[in-house]
Amino acid sequence: MSGFTDHPDQDFGVRIHDALGDAELRESFHGAMTFLRDKRRAQFPDADALETLRDSGAAIRDRALAQLPDLLEQLEDRCRHNGIQVHWAETADDANRIITGLIRAVNGQRIVKGKSMATEEIGLNTALEDAGFTCLESDMGEYIVQQAHETPSHIIMPAIHRNKASIARQFAEQIPDTPYTEDVDELIGTGRRVLRRAFAEADVGISGVNFAIAETGTLCLVENEGNGRMSTTVPDTHIAVMGIEKVIEKLADLPDLMRLLPRSATGQAITTYVNMISGPRREDECDGPRQVHLVLIDNGRSRIYADRQLRATLRCIRCGACMNHCPVYERLGGHAYGTVYPGPIGQVVMPQLFGLDHAGKLTQACSLNGACGEVCPVRIPLPDLIRRLRHEGVSADPASPVRGHGRQRRVSEALIWRAWQWIHTRPAVYRLVTRAATRARRLLPPLPRAWTRHRAPLEPAERSFQEWVRHHKKDHRP
Amino acid sequence: MNAPAIHRVYLFGTCLIDVFHPRAGMAAVRLLEREGIEVVFPEEQTCCGQPPYNSGYDDEARAVARQVVRRFNEPIPVIVPSGSCAGMLRHHYPSLLADGPLAEAAQDLAARTYELHEFLNRVLQVTWQDHGDPVKIVMHTSCSARREMGVSEDGLALLKQLKGVDVCEPENAEACCGFGGTFAVKMSDISAAMATDKCSAIRATEADQLLSSDCGCLLNIDGMLRKQGANLPAEHLAEFLWKRTGGDTP
Ligand code: SF4
Repeated sequence: MSGFTDHPDQDFGVRIHDALGDAELRESFHGAMTFLRDKRRAQFPDADALETLRDSGAAIRDRALAQLPDLLEQLEDRCRHNGIQVHWAETADDANRIITGLIRAVNGQRIVKGKSMATEEIGLNTALEDAGFTCLESDMGEYIVQQAHETPSHIIMPAIHRNKASIARQFAEQIPDTPYTEDVDELIGTGRRVLRRAFAEADVGISGVNFAIAETGTLCLVENEGNGRMSTTVPDTHIAVMGIEKVIEKLADLPDLMRLLPRSATGQAITTYVNMISGPRREDECDGPRQVHLVLIDNGRSRIYADRQLRATLRCIRCGACMNHCPVYERLGGHAYGTVYPGPIGQVVMPQLFGLDHAGKLTQACSLNGACGEVCPVRIPLPDLIRRLRHEGVSADPASPVRGHGRQRRVSEALIWRAWQWIHTRPAVYRLVTRAATRARRLLPPLPRAWTRHRAPLEPAERSFQEWVRHHKKDHRP
Repeated sequence: MNAPAIHRVYLFGTCLIDVFHPRAGMAAVRLLEREGIEVVFPEEQTCCGQPPYNSGYDDEARAVARQVVRRFNEPIPVIVPSGSCAGMLRHHYPSLLADGPLAEAAQDLAARTYELHEFLNRVLQVTWQDHGDPVKIVMHTSCSARREMGVSEDGLALLKQLKGVDVCEPENAEACCGFGGTFAVKMSDISAAMATDKCSAIRATEADQLLSSDCGCLLNIDGMLRKQGANLPAEHLAEFLWKRTGGDTP
């Protein structure tokens, strides 16, 4: 069973084991990831053009982050000017309190939500339930996942772990008057019927934000199903929720980011819907929400911001390409991570949000193969950051900027590396060790079973290379 | 544009070659010497520091990195017959040593570091005659050679000079084999799942032999192929190239 936890390290091994043992799941993810990778590749036929675009994407995001406090002020100012009410939330709890308060203030009864990872991050659905509200997910994937009491397994495609047959069963069981069918169009039609009704009746719509433009006070939201448009235009009250890092400087920054986001995410040239929200209904307009609120969430981002290298984490535009290209994610699927953000970006964000004592182990599930960093549209050096977090996890330095630093340090491992250093900084000792390894191979300590369970034992050569070099040099002496 | 002729280079042997694939090191020396280049092999070398570095033990890695930077200090190219160790010298030493007295020296070393096949193909631009029987080989390029160093084409280009050699790559060639250093032990089940897929793709090519220019991948893939009982010998690319181009078994 899947669920997000604020202590993903706990039982990570068990979840890995279960995921690897689930052939159907691996097949689903392998198929879906291959499909998405191929589609992305087809969208970027010109490698040089792609690299130039990635430079631009990284520069735009870097420039925004460099002036983050100022841009946020400007955004607040422009939004207010446009009639959007702005709220600041330092923590997830603060955000949930603000949002429930806003709903109570308008006496909201029926709430619909467009797809938003920020609301997943703060656990909004649970908070709303606790406050006595029900909130219907209106993105098809999110709807399926919510109905099954699951959590998303991918940040772009929440139900990617599910196959047709299981969704068909679920709909037949849970939606009245729905016959069992595996016809995808019919399934989508069924879901759509339910959702249309919900949209028509909703009085509060909640959405995420992909980019917020400081210059104009515009909220940009991309999506494919129209649920974002419905959630933000039909109900009388619209509440947009975003992490503070999503702000960009100006409208002119948007085109390059839009050239990158859909193509990197789903391999689409552009999403079906691009919503540019710049305020509530004006007096001469006959539709649109009467109130628009923007909830800006920090939730640990300021801490990430403080470190020069780790700040790159905040460039993320949540496209999901890093997980689509990650060989570990492909084999585990999203749920094994136990986190809102899975895959490489999750391995970087989560330990920083929850602390290395709770999520440091996530950083170990990486072979540092570099596939994620190679595709990231805003050039986040994900492998470097994962390695850096490994370092902070075992670092005794009290000045470490990451919460829970040093808590992954095990005396046994630290001793191994100490010994390793002692040997490898003493070439004479090193030669003795390699001599022992090559001459008296049977005297070697046995390899960890972790290696030999899947592989034949290692076989050192009979003579080391360095021994050969010494003879070779003698032969070549004039 | 003619680069000034190179007469001397350093060889950084790597610890895995030292213990597990000495023939790859010998082949590297022979291939370079055959081009008229003097190969300097400082005896004080051990390892590049990747194992502790990738585990987050920066101090331990730094101690070894300092030793390498100090010892390989002449202004001549440093040749490394491994993509990941070359990547360590070229891309990670500068940041690892950025805050100390060796910062500049580390930058200098990084700029002189080459992966062996990159050096043979791009700098020396060697041309070779093939001396072997027809053979089909499958080439596995490591992730560091491919992504960090950007030299995946060099090994293939050298192989393509050899008339009797039919070169192929496995399906999903760019996928990681699952080695990742200590990852293979710390996350052994994930590593094994990746290696299993890599081995299947390699076996599906029905090649006679597996080549790679990274010993880590070779140990991982070959170890699993042997455990599976596959009859598919694995060899370091340098050793194969040396033998095919007229070199005796070193
Ligand atoms: S880290 Fe990069 S690739 Fe991953 S989701 Fe964020 S922007 Fe996309």
